[in-house]
Amino acid sequence: MNEWLLLICLRIEKSSGSIALHESLYLYSLIETAHVLAICLFVGTLFMVDFRLLGWSFTTIPPQEICKKVLPFSIIGFVIMLVTGALLFYAIPVRTYQSIFFRIKMALLIIAGINALIFHLNARKLSYNFDISRLTKVAAITSLLSWSGVIIAGRMIAYNWFDCDKPDLNKTFYWLAGCNDLT
Amino acid sequence: MILLELFDQLEQTFLGTVIRDSAWLFPVIESIHLLGLAILGGSILILDLRLLNILLTSIPINSINQNCRLWFRIGISVMIFTGIPLFISESIKCYYNPFFWIKMITLTTALIFTFTVRAKVIKNSDTYKNPIKVRATGVFSMLCWFTVAASGRWIGFY
Repeated sequence: MNEWLLLICLRIEKSSGSIALHESLYLYSLIETAHVLAICLFVGTLFMVDFRLLGWSFTTIPPQEICKKVLPFSIIGFVIMLVTGALLFYAIPVRTYQSIFFRIKMALLIIAGINALIFHLNARKLSYNFDISRLTKVAAITSLLSWSGVIIAGRMIAYNWFDCDKPDLNKTFYWLAGCNDLT
Repeated sequence: MILLELFDQLEQTFLGTVIRDSAWLFPVIESIHLLGLAILGGSILILDLRLLNILLTSIPINSINQNCRLWFRIGISVMIFTGIPLFISESIKCYYNPFFWIKMITLTTALIFTFTVRAKVIKNSDTYKNPIKVRATGVFSMLCWFTVAASGRWIGFY
């Protein structure tokens, strides 16, 4: 599995589009800027919804109303994150694939995704009255923590502390990063 | 040049030296800076989109403002308390970085605008007959904060 994914990344890395993006003077930086700024639209608005579900703000507005009105904006932000994020990966596929922080980010992304899915499957119960179940509050806390983790891990991808080409890289990290003789 | 001397002294402070000499302190503070961005950006966007009359339109602007205020304050506090150590650790580099100055100028503009014009427009929003003024306030606020955040990212690219 690891080798198969790595081969795909190696192939992407050799494509002209990936090279062009990687070596572009401004385009890569501009995409990264969009990726960072979209945090405000995606995580920023999502956190406001979570704060509502936890009863920390907007307590005079029904939770259902906040979800219905604010979450579409979060989704627009998420789509921007996804598109710009995919482009960033496309520009530097192999190093990113073998980054421990990228892997942590993807794991947290899956947790956050499953949490969001469970929340939405239960969302019908979220009525126009002001009762918020304990399960919903757990979902809001999980959302806050997992997305914060995604942001932190994402920022750390930039640092090369645990990169495969580090000569003194610990064996555990070598394994976790999926380092391979192929590269 | 007096500013350059001041920046040089800031860099030599204990805080500046500790962050510069540490491999992980800068990245950790930077990550918290990004979490602050999410909270700050979220609170500003919700209110500005309401000013533009495209979000939570059934709820009065003043009510949205009261709910966003706490998160704006938390967000801006996190940004300032993490931003200052980041700046102190590399203030000379910032001195010669145009994006740092763009950020400082737009940040000052955004803060003054938020606490004067925007605050007044929000306060009187219920009585305003001219929605263009309210919408323009939202647009200008978003543009200001957008430039602050974007130029902040570009300090690192320069």
